[in-house]
Amino acid sequence: MEETPVNKTNTNGYTFMFAIIMVVVVASVLAFTATTLQPIQNENVRQEKMQNILATVGIETERSEAEELYNKYIIETVALQEDGSVAEGTDAFTVDLAKELKRPVDEQIYPLYIANVEGAKYYIIPLRGKGLWDAIFGYVSLKDDVNTIKGAVFDHKGETPGLGGEITQMWFKQSFADEKIFDGDGNLIGVSVVKGNTDPSNKDDNKVDAISGATITGNGVSDMISERLLHYLPYFKTQTEIKVAIQ
Amino acid sequence: MAIDTKIASEAKEAKKKEMILFLSNSEEREHFLSKKNRKLLSDPLNDNNPITVQVLGICSALAITVQLEPAIVMAMAVTAVLAFSNMIVSLIRNLIPNRIRIIVQLVIVASLVILVDQILKAYAYDVSKQLSVFVGLIITNCIVMGRLEAFALGNGVYKSFLDGIGNAAGYGIILIIVAFFRELLGSGKLFGFEVLGHKAAVAAESTGLYAFGYENNGLMLLSPMALIVVGIIIWVQRSRNRILIEQNN
Repeated sequence: MEETPVNKTNTNGYTFMFAIIMVVVVASVLAFTATTLQPIQNENVRQEKMQNILATVGIETERSEAEELYNKYIIETVALQEDGSVAEGTDAFTVDLAKELKRPVDEQIYPLYIANVEGAKYYIIPLRGKGLWDAIFGYVSLKDDVNTIKGAVFDHKGETPGLGGEITQMWFKQSFADEKIFDGDGNLIGVSVVKGNTDPSNKDDNKVDAISGATITGNGVSDMISERLLHYLPYFKTQTEIKVAIQ
Repeated sequence: MAIDTKIASEAKEAKKKEMILFLSNSEEREHFLSKKNRKLLSDPLNDNNPITVQVLGICSALAITVQLEPAIVMAMAVTAVLAFSNMIVSLIRNLIPNRIRIIVQLVIVASLVILVDQILKAYAYDVSKQLSVFVGLIITNCIVMGRLEAFALGNGVYKSFLDGIGNAAGYGIILIIVAFFRELLGSGKLFGFEVLGHKAAVAAESTGLYAFGYENNGLMLLSPMALIVVGIIIWVQRSRNRILIEQNN
């Protein structure tokens, strides 16, 4: 008599039924939670993006205050095309670089944020490239000579903690401040992350010191900066008010 | 005849047991915090600690103990997952087909982990970024599956819940102790506050201990030190609690 319930749970039919019901229940619970929490999560991501953009121009803020400060300091956002013209009707803030990078270069949209912090104008350019394991991304801001870097932030998806993952560290980000993106001849070469940058105080050599054990991530950062910045050159040339150091 | 009635009454008793499937028999009579139940909570804290005695869940103990805050959030996440998965598995323990019971347990644990992860992403975004993959990896934490197999499958709901809380607390307390020492000695902070004074770039401007030339121990921030701290905890625990020492002949 007591055998019956034990046996019942061992039949194929019961096992299948149990599995099906379980999957349906679990799937609906998870789908419901994911949909309900989605707006809050998206809001967090949005605020973090604003926080990162602000951080490049030296404004460190809490995530909750990011939106207010963003609206205060970011005076303009532009979605650019390859030839330097403005793509009308596109909100630069919502441009997803990960998707843009998959498209051909001449079809991509290049978002640009223009900040005004106490009278000083900065151009903030979103970055995205490849690290060792996965994507690396960040923002770099240029002073209004479009040559000197004001600040940079980096983040990564899956770099090795302690090695490539160190690109998020303050000391690394700070080493980009005041570096130039044009070389002496006026070519846009970005900033290279190199081994043995013996003189970190030399801000005109287009080089910052690399992280030991993170050569590939470092190269990724260099490539990302030069590749991305190059696309903004046509736009900067059209801006007559900018005293471009380009020949 | 007498034997027959005895068998009949036993069968009746057994049937009654089946009917109150969700509550084990002993639970009905026991006080909510009886000695046995308290033992379920206190045992994993010391005599049967998941980390220091059973040496389970070491991976996450190394990874997220650099600072106190993520360690505490991780402990809370594990508590939620362990307590609820224990409860759910115990609740349906007589319905689970034996042949797919590991899969069923995994599905339950995995969905709870996803729930926790989603909630953290919505309400504790910064911490969830720090914990990154380790919330997801609670699924693979041996403590969770171990308790489901060893306890929840054979015990009542309330007892399983207590067992889950107890084991998660035993895990959490070690996490928090390790994180306390790593954050304090590694970066001179607790919960991000500079408790040992401020270390300025110019030595003369430093305050607190740093003014006397104290330096943070960068090694504490690396994973191997977590293992060493856990080792020290095990040493201290065994010197105080002699029953834990294995007898080698």
